[in-house]
Amino acid sequence: MLEEFWFVLVAVLWVGFFVLEGFDFGVAALLPVIGRDNETDRRAVLGTIGPVWDANEVWLLTAGGAMFAAFPEWYASLFSGAYLALFLILLSLIVRGVSLEYRGKATTAAGRAWCDRGIVFGGALPALLFGVACTNMVRGLEMTPDHQVTSGFFDLLNPYALLGGVTTALLCVLHGAVFLSLKTRGEIRARSRQVTRVLIPPALAALAGLAGWTVALRGGVLVAAVSALALAALGGAAAAWFNERDGWAFAGTAGAIALMVASWFVALYPNALPALGAPENSLTISDAASGHYTLTIMTWVAVLFTPVVLGYQAWSYWVFRRRLVGSDEAG
Amino acid sequence: MSQDTIARWQFAITTVYHFLFVPLTIGLSLLVAGMQTAWVRTGSVEWLRLTRFWGKLMLINFAMGVVTGIVQEFQFGMNWSDYSRFVGDVFGPPLAMEALIAFFLESTFLGLWIFGWDRLPKRVHLATIWLASLGTVISAYFILAANSWMQHPVGYRINPETGRAELTSIWQALTNPTQIVTFPHVLSASLLTGGAVLVGLSCWHLRKGQQVDLHRRAVRLGLVVCAVASVGVLLSGHFQGQVMTRQQPMKMASAEALWDTEKSAGWSLFAYGDVSHGENKVDIKIPYMLSFMATNSFTAEVEGVNDLQAAAVAKYGPGDYTPVMGVTFWSFRIMMALGGAYFALAAFGLWRMRRGGLPGGRHVLLAFVGATVLPYAANTAGWIFTEMGRQPWAVFGLLRTSDAVSPNVSTTAVVLTLAGFTVLYGTLAAVALRLFLRHGTHEIPELSPTVTVDGEARPGEALPSLAY
Repeated sequence: MLEEFWFVLVAVLWVGFFVLEGFDFGVAALLPVIGRDNETDRRAVLGTIGPVWDANEVWLLTAGGAMFAAFPEWYASLFSGAYLALFLILLSLIVRGVSLEYRGKATTAAGRAWCDRGIVFGGALPALLFGVACTNMVRGLEMTPDHQVTSGFFDLLNPYALLGGVTTALLCVLHGAVFLSLKTRGEIRARSRQVTRVLIPPALAALAGLAGWTVALRGGVLVAAVSALALAALGGAAAAWFNERDGWAFAGTAGAIALMVASWFVALYPNALPALGAPENSLTISDAASGHYTLTIMTWVAVLFTPVVLGYQAWSYWVFRRRLVGSDEAG
Repeated sequence: MSQDTIARWQFAITTVYHFLFVPLTIGLSLLVAGMQTAWVRTGSVEWLRLTRFWGKLMLINFAMGVVTGIVQEFQFGMNWSDYSRFVGDVFGPPLAMEALIAFFLESTFLGLWIFGWDRLPKRVHLATIWLASLGTVISAYFILAANSWMQHPVGYRINPETGRAELTSIWQALTNPTQIVTFPHVLSASLLTGGAVLVGLSCWHLRKGQQVDLHRRAVRLGLVVCAVASVGVLLSGHFQGQVMTRQQPMKMASAEALWDTEKSAGWSLFAYGDVSHGENKVDIKIPYMLSFMATNSFTAEVEGVNDLQAAAVAKYGPGDYTPVMGVTFWSFRIMMALGGAYFALAAFGLWRMRRGGLPGGRHVLLAFVGATVLPYAANTAGWIFTEMGRQPWAVFGLLRTSDAVSPNVSTTAVVLTLAGFTVLYGTLAAVALRLFLRHGTHEIPELSPTVTVDGEARPGEALPSLAY
């Protein structure tokens, strides 16, 4: 029971990470498109995520920490198994963080240009690679009976996982564009809406393709149902775009991402990491779980602190709720 | 080199590097919070100018600590998966708590502080920097509790079915006697680092004769913090030594190149010896001092390496249970000498400033500029000592480092990531240092005329210039 609760909690943390960092990645990747004209526009674009991106990234650290604490074998098998993919993710996250923080402190235009490159690289690459890594987890990795992953880096680049990466990349960039429309006015918002319109059809197609493939791989009515809801949410985002309802459009893309990630965990259950080719070697949730005492303690910690964290994180979004403007309106 | 040796190098490089930024983050964020408090309480615009100047430098350093911290959490799973399997039940909870309780706090409120200058009421804004600082301190507590468990495992049992360690008492794990002495040591060392950077850079400005009143204020604050913090470092270090002698006698013996068990043992100032024969050729000692340091009694017995090695073989089976003596002996001495040196410098500087004025002339100021590196070298030596001194164990007495690595990760892969991290970290060090010095050597700007924000008059810039 506790093991299931923690499986759900880990899934929730990954959902939170993808939904929140998803738009950070998207906004970063769109910097040269939406902020193409001048420095004022670029500042406005980055200003939308400036106060919040770092706290959004903590969702990743908490998801990793929760896996380590509640399912040590899952953390150990997956992180050593997806070794080089994670290494690339780490490199790009480091570059992104430093570029975001140093851009405003750079004293030359060349310095700022380097930061811009770092931001685009560090936004786009994780958006792609997290999809590749997570869908590989759903697909399964080759494992020995004691759950040591033997798949290599190039095994991770299979068609299903590549589609997974393309899908998360498209969804994150779309989500970023929608977030920008919600957080800005004037010219920047107009450009973001254009990008949104361009991205919705391929995002819908990729999501539908991935959902179908996941159902084919792992089966299950529930996976199909959650995936269908994800597609419906994305459809809702499209409808909201037509009606210029920025808030609803954002809810739509956030919902689509959340439900897609949820569908992966539904597909996994009751495994934490399926073994490719040898189902009997699969790592189940109960194989992977920590002892009852640890799970009980961690449950108390989660119950006590999660509401507090959600409270102040929500407050910080409220403080920075104002829409930002670019060069067309900035005095 | 074997895969586990390269993985150890990678852990050492990434961790020592991460810890170049961590103490300054902790120390400087508390100092900046103190400066801002002084401004809010006294209304003195000088404190606001110092807050903004040092706040910017704090952020340049903070970013590096944040980004290198992600690697820290991930590499246990990547390079040390068998370690993670074995200890996750006990070691995972403090890491998860660190993320949930500390990282969210520090990142959310730092964002509010950076971007909130013109959005939040003055006192609420002040609270955000204190909460961010609190986050860094809580984070230190949890990660040190996790490390203390590796030094001295408590509150666990080994599950006979799985062979894994399982938590039996979170309270014992979080109040580990090792942790109780380590946390104050690291916290004081962090304050010392923050204070030393504050003093060093401000003395550079004083030496150039620019903005003397402003920087003298910073030097005085920094020296007081350094003096108090270095006493804290020395005292907590003394108690740490005693706890270590009880829990990890081999670490103490190898720190002292004490080969044979002795009563009334002396403290070695300099030793040179033959490791393979287990003896010193040269050893200059202060009589009785080691016995006192290790046990508070001048005549007590301190166990030596040769006897401890024999005891360990009897207990754990054949093997080498002695750390690399040259590393433990010298890193221990470097740490203590540099920590002590800064205490003496800070006391000297404060004494010279007792009637106002500067801590000294051009040469003294230059010495304080140069002394900025002392806490860094001492911090690094301290970690190298405590981690190398635990070898060959990853978890003392339970899991050897060579059994902790990921068996499924190839040597090539570890070499590749080691090279990648080293190149990236090296580049970023240059970038961060250059940016730090470029901003740090600027004059502190005058504040633009008072602006009104949400009906409240504020001396300061209309735009939050700390943001991007």
